Amino acid sequence: MVEPLIALDRIGKSFDGGKSFAVRGVDLAVARGTFLCLVGGSGAGKSTLLKTINRLIEPDEGEVRLDGRSVAAQAAAELRRGIGYVFQGVGLFPHMSVAENIAVTPRLLGWTKADITARVGELLDLVGLPADFGARFPNFLSGGQQQRVGIARALAARPPVMLMDEPFGALDPLIRADLGSAYRALHDRLGLTTVMVTHDLQEAVLLGDRMAVMKDGRLLAQGEPAELLASSDPHVAALMAAPRRMAERVAARLEGGHV
Amino acid sequence: MSDQLAAAWRMLPGALAGHVLLSACALLLGLAVSLPLAVLAARHAKVRWPALALASLVQTVPSLALLALFYPLLLAVSAVMRPLIGHGLPALGFLPSLLALTLYSMLPILRTGVAGLTGIDPAVLEAADGAGMTASQKLWRVQAPLAAPVVMAGVRTAAVWTIGAATLSTPVGQTSLGDYIFSGLQTENWVYVLFGCAASAILALTADQLLGLIEAGARRRDGRRMALGAAGLVIGVLACLAPAAAGQIGAPSRTYVIGAKNFSEQFTLAALIGERLEADGAAVSIKQGLGSAVIFRALASGGIDAYVDYSGTLWTNVLGRRDTPAPAVMLADLKRELMARHGVVMLGPLGFENAYVLAMESGRARALGVANIADLAPHAPDLTLGSDLEFLSRPEWTALKSAYGLSFRAERSYSPTFMYSALKDGQADVISAFSSDGRIAADGLTVLADPKHAIPSYDAVLLISPKRANDARLRRALAPLIGEIDVASMRQANLMVDRDQDKRTPAQAAALLESGLR
Repeated sequence: MVEPLIALDRIGKSFDGGKSFAVRGVDLAVARGTFLCLVGGSGAGKSTLLKTINRLIEPDEGEVRLDGRSVAAQAAAELRRGIGYVFQGVGLFPHMSVAENIAVTPRLLGWTKADITARVGELLDLVGLPADFGARFPNFLSGGQQQRVGIARALAARPPVMLMDEPFGALDPLIRADLGSAYRALHDRLGLTTVMVTHDLQEAVLLGDRMAVMKDGRLLAQGEPAELLASSDPHVAALMAAPRRMAERVAARLEGGHV
Repeated sequence: MSDQLAAAWRMLPGALAGHVLLSACALLLGLAVSLPLAVLAARHAKVRWPALALASLVQTVPSLALLALFYPLLLAVSAVMRPLIGHGLPALGFLPSLLALTLYSMLPILRTGVAGLTGIDPAVLEAADGAGMTASQKLWRVQAPLAAPVVMAGVRTAAVWTIGAATLSTPVGQTSLGDYIFSGLQTENWVYVLFGCAASAILALTADQLLGLIEAGARRRDGRRMALGAAGLVIGVLACLAPAAAGQIGAPSRTYVIGAKNFSEQFTLAALIGERLEADGAAVSIKQGLGSAVIFRALASGGIDAYVDYSGTLWTNVLGRRDTPAPAVMLADLKRELMARHGVVMLGPLGFENAYVLAMESGRARALGVANIADLAPHAPDLTLGSDLEFLSRPEWTALKSAYGLSFRAERSYSPTFMYSALKDGQADVISAFSSDGRIAADGLTVLADPKHAIPSYDAVLLISPKRANDARLRRALAPLIGEIDVASMRQANLMVDRDQDKRTPAQAAALLESGLR
């Protein structure tokens, strides 16, 4: 079997010295080019698991391998320069212009000025922002525009892998759906491998190739959405049925009927 | 008035240079210590609490006391270091002032530094980590620029505090704008006091505005504004130091340092010695406002070259003696002991005494038939004693009380000026005065003799530091003063400086003494 791009092996993490575990015994493999959505309720351990991949959180047990190499064997800062990271808080640097924000990782990698300028222009276009946005400062942007810059910043150094932690969680529903499908298009066009944490099942079903369901720090099931719908685990089956049931109820309500 | 102002202006280049050099060094050192400490404290809660608590504790010590504390501290460190490295540390002047002010400047920088760093949005820090910054890249590219405006507000506060507190370095022997304030307070020269306050306030405001420009630049990410503020600071500091530095280059390298305690007579005598040395072509600097205990140590260690002290003070404070031998015996013993113990040369007495005496209005003394303290004793229970602020707690008063059995109806303390007016108004019948005070003659007071010699004699004597013991020029300049200044001349000179109307500077009083020499 071909080694997956991202491989998690018996991952465990405790924040209280071993009394309880936020994540325990999780095995997960993500093949190159896959869009994986990590779903589950709050406190299920999704974000913790995601952050072990770029070492924002160090696991207490198990090993994470990226392209066959253990991430623990690489310097954390250098590892992260090769992985895109987008999260709900966005975290644009308020003292830097949009262009400077996007250029952060290329500068850390020592790109030339000309390469950086060209790349910034390319990325603004890629995430659907006008070129003159480069000179603006983050506090003059709307929430959706800020996260577009966040995505551009994460993509700047052409990382093969993107980690996204509830990236659209703070946006209103229209912009959220818009940005979600825009990112899915980028994922396909750039041949990325994406792991996205979300608690929104609908979003996960719409965007992901595969899904992994977590509960209480354990991985309950993983597979394509259709496979999971047929899961023998009642929790997984119920979870997977929720979006369709919701959509049916919404449709029924709008037609004036009762469910 | 205009004489006073002109004299004040002449002192300005030296005082300003000393003040600016001290404040700038203290602030830079304070930044160099506080900023790394703030970074450490922001990262580790275990460092944060003790660092901030310690800085706050320093702040609760009055700044004058903090400056004073470094004197014994440095003396002790110096005593430990001397056998190790062959020489000690200067316990007076620049070093203790620098250390005290550095400590004093730390709290606002540390506090705003920690607040600035811990106040950064955690999402921004997560983004910095996620983008692949190392800890130091995160500090310099993200944390420092975001905390800078907050820290600059602390630096401004620290600068204003430091420049203000630097005026208090005068009593430990550092030249500063405080020289005006301390000498002005002693001689009741309000022109000097106001001049010193105004100069230090203008300096503090200027520094604050320039730092404010940097702060505004940091807040608005305007590099030009920041550069302008920084350039203004550098140019300002250099401009303040330049005149003094130029003077240093032109002057002979061996400047004579003359010391003075904190009252008019001392200022006048230091000015007199300084004038005589300058007339002989020497460069002179005067350190005034030094405390009684500090000044002798400074002389013994070579920090100052010469000053005038009083035999009784040296006898009790330096030699630790409690007996009161005849004046001639005391002078001979002092000369021998000061040389043997400290290598200090006592050149000789100037010819007048500045002792604690009891004085009464002449008419009152005649009416009561009082010529000396023994005559006063039977009348004392009907009389009120007015004293200065420290006399009643000094050993001289204890000695007088027990020798003559003095018991007054009441004892009241006044500041010196009010003590004389209390005597005039009849609120006090007898006062404790200094025998060389000009107001004794001016107010027509009778000084009561001390037939039992309960109070030791306080002959003014010239002292020379061990390293200048064989300095021909210094001896040549000082020798003509020995035995040539009588108490009447000294009183007249003191009165010129102390009186309220037609007040003169110590330099003018020194000129009067000079003209009275043969």
